[in-house]
Amino acid sequence: MSSTMMIGQYIPGSSVVHRLDPRTKIAIIFFFVVIVFFANSVMSYGLLTLFAVGSAFATRIKVRYILKGLKPVWFLIAFTFLLHLFVTREGEVIATVLGWDLYREAVIQGATISLRFFLLIMVTSLLTLTTTPIEITDAIEHLLGPLKKVRFPVHELALMMSISLRFIPTLMQETEKISKAQASRGVDFRTGSFKDRIKAIIPLLVPLFVSAFKRAEELAMAMEARGYKGGEGRTKLRELQVGRMDYMISGLFLLLAIGLFFTRN
Amino acid sequence: MDHSKMEFRNVSFRYQDDMPWVLKNVSFTIHANEWVAIIGHNGSGKSTIAKLMNGLLFPQEGEIYVNGQLVNQETIWDVRKNVGMVFQNPDNQFVGTTVRDDVAFGMENHGMPRKLMIERITESLSAVGMSDYEYHEPHRLSGGQKQRVAIASVLAVSPKYIILDEATAMLDPKGRKEILNTVLDVQDQRNLSLVTITHDLLEVTQADRVMVMNEGEVWLEAGPREVFSRKEQLQKIGLDTPFVTKLAEELQSAGLTLTREPLNHQELLEELWTLRSRM
Amino acid sequence: MDITFKNVSYTYQPNSPFEYKALHDLSFHIDSGSFVAIIGHTGSGKSTLIQHLNGLVQPTEGSVTIGPYQLLADEKNKKLRELREKVGVVFQYPEHQLFEETVEKDIAFGPANFGVNETEIDNRTKEAIKAVRLDESMLARSPFDLSGGQMRRVAIAGVLAMNPEVLVLDEPTAGLDPRGQKEIMNMFSRLHQEKQLTTVLVTHSMEDALAYADHVIILNHGEVYQEGAPIELFKQKESLQAVQLDVPEVIEFITKVSDKFDVHHSYHGQSITELAKELAQLVKGGHDHE
Repeated sequence: MSSTMMIGQYIPGSSVVHRLDPRTKIAIIFFFVVIVFFANSVMSYGLLTLFAVGSAFATRIKVRYILKGLKPVWFLIAFTFLLHLFVTREGEVIATVLGWDLYREAVIQGATISLRFFLLIMVTSLLTLTTTPIEITDAIEHLLGPLKKVRFPVHELALMMSISLRFIPTLMQETEKISKAQASRGVDFRTGSFKDRIKAIIPLLVPLFVSAFKRAEELAMAMEARGYKGGEGRTKLRELQVGRMDYMISGLFLLLAIGLFFTRN
Repeated sequence: MDHSKMEFRNVSFRYQDDMPWVLKNVSFTIHANEWVAIIGHNGSGKSTIAKLMNGLLFPQEGEIYVNGQLVNQETIWDVRKNVGMVFQNPDNQFVGTTVRDDVAFGMENHGMPRKLMIERITESLSAVGMSDYEYHEPHRLSGGQKQRVAIASVLAVSPKYIILDEATAMLDPKGRKEILNTVLDVQDQRNLSLVTITHDLLEVTQADRVMVMNEGEVWLEAGPREVFSRKEQLQKIGLDTPFVTKLAEELQSAGLTLTREPLNHQELLEELWTLRSRM
Repeated sequence: MDITFKNVSYTYQPNSPFEYKALHDLSFHIDSGSFVAIIGHTGSGKSTLIQHLNGLVQPTEGSVTIGPYQLLADEKNKKLRELREKVGVVFQYPEHQLFEETVEKDIAFGPANFGVNETEIDNRTKEAIKAVRLDESMLARSPFDLSGGQMRRVAIAGVLAMNPEVLVLDEPTAGLDPRGQKEIMNMFSRLHQEKQLTTVLVTHSMEDALAYADHVIILNHGEVYQEGAPIELFKQKESLQAVQLDVPEVIEFITKVSDKFDVHHSYHGQSITELAKELAQLVKGGHDHE
């Protein structure tokens, strides 16, 4: 019931993108991030944009929510564009605004860098919109699997991540509860000087820490009572399965990558 | 040796050497298929007993046997398979990100094959009436529902003993009723012993046997009827009695003679009925 | 202070996939100086309701009036600070809000935030610790070294030290053992009388509502389901059960007696001793009681 419950922004659904194996999604995004930097022509950018927008539509999530997820980065994208306008001084001058020369290259570079930026953020946000955090954790555990050989604590790391995910909503509810209790005792979190606000946070942080430690202690005991003794000899309920759809989408992505190299200048 | 019981033999426990004893020379036996309620005010040592039962703590003196097996560092993993625990705070024992993941947690720890896990998840969730919630996340469940999941998680490992350590204390009356009914159902259907540590008097009246703890000692061990017939003594050690018990006592002071200590409305009504037909 | 809700609705996260309407067109009135119990099963809107009482939330529609203060849907109230000083809220598990190094500092926290001067704070701290029946020697101790029950009393003392005129209690006895529950409720009842407070108690315990409240409001799905005097409301078993609430045990038993013996016994606030006498008369004297 409490507000801001959108952890990792996951929006449930049953689209193709939702059903893909999270490892496939992570792998595709990884390679997408790489090939974005190879694009250098209108056609190649067009191809990448087509892929990103196409995937966005394939998620069947309302455009409104996708754009909402990008909200915090619009500023960065705009900032990158403006920075290029001012810094780059190559090519011919195409206009002069208030005594400032605007170069052709500046516009082109600004636009392409911003577009790259936009594509990267958009594609990664599609991952978090269509994949539950726990699926992402599972995928990471699998993808890091080989590191177990060098004694990297993959299982512990994954368990830590999944317990954090499990407790984020609980701790958020707790934060809200305590901040309301302290607001009722006259704490003002919203106004006042920077120093005042830092001071206002202490009555919130101390109880939160106290309760988090208590929870950790009780959780550890409950886990022990249920027979937890580390990753060894442990079986797993959650399984990841690569299906036909994963192969098809990966193939499609491969075609895109090949296409990209043909459309480069 | 009888292998289907849990036994405490002269158990004493304290948290540190320089601290007072929490339990003093405690001995008792929990038999197969029995429901034992443990009551006592805060600090009487009830919760320590629970933690000793599955090796979360070890006694300084005395021994604890579970199904003939001495509880110690080497045997705790077997013991914990046999003794399931449900704690007080519904949130702080929910490990999984969804209901099914949580039910699976204990089974994963014990290395059970995936196929069996899936069967057991379905089975144990239906035993606690939570089948429709398999994919729900914990923060979308009520406290009572979370506790039912905790019971399902314990059932999935099919233990011989289930210990509820004040598992209903943080719930609303509806949640409390849910848990009590769940527990009654489960005990009915499965072969297991139940130990409930509780303040809920309604729960106590339904147990087979009651252990009253006071200052680290077993103060009284008897059936609920006998325990509640000692109203004054219970009050002396800070324990309350149910409404029916109080009313029965007042009826006796008002000059009526009851044939036995009533434990619920029905029994008291029958006592009154008999009395009137005799008048 | 009089409290009036007029057509109040409240919606969480409007215009999002998680939109949730917690209160619907809620209207009721609480007289100054009364002890009101708000009951309803989990999710009926009780906690949302009480958060309106000191302006932690603002109604999405309608208006809330608390004494001279008013909360409206689209208007920021500029006197929220004053309102919060006058309306003390004891939240569920209030011990979770403790944070200071000493009990004394924690109790003083509220009044200090509201700009009360030091000598006055000192007086209030001592008075508050006495009111919750803890020893003055506790003041120097760390709240985190105390038992759960003592921590709860300290947290309550912290709210009392604000000298509120309205006291809002959100399940103040949750998680305590029966003895602790009784002590805390008796304490609030005494404070209500002594300080002439307006007390709003949110509770799951029909027994407490019956024993302490002079007016009961039953919420269901964010609406007022019924309100009235507890003795009257708690007689209506069917209508309570329809919203998953129980009848207090004493009333339930009297109803059973009436049914079984075919007499018209009713609950009129009698103690267990008095009830026992009535029942003794019933079985001895035979028929025709009342």
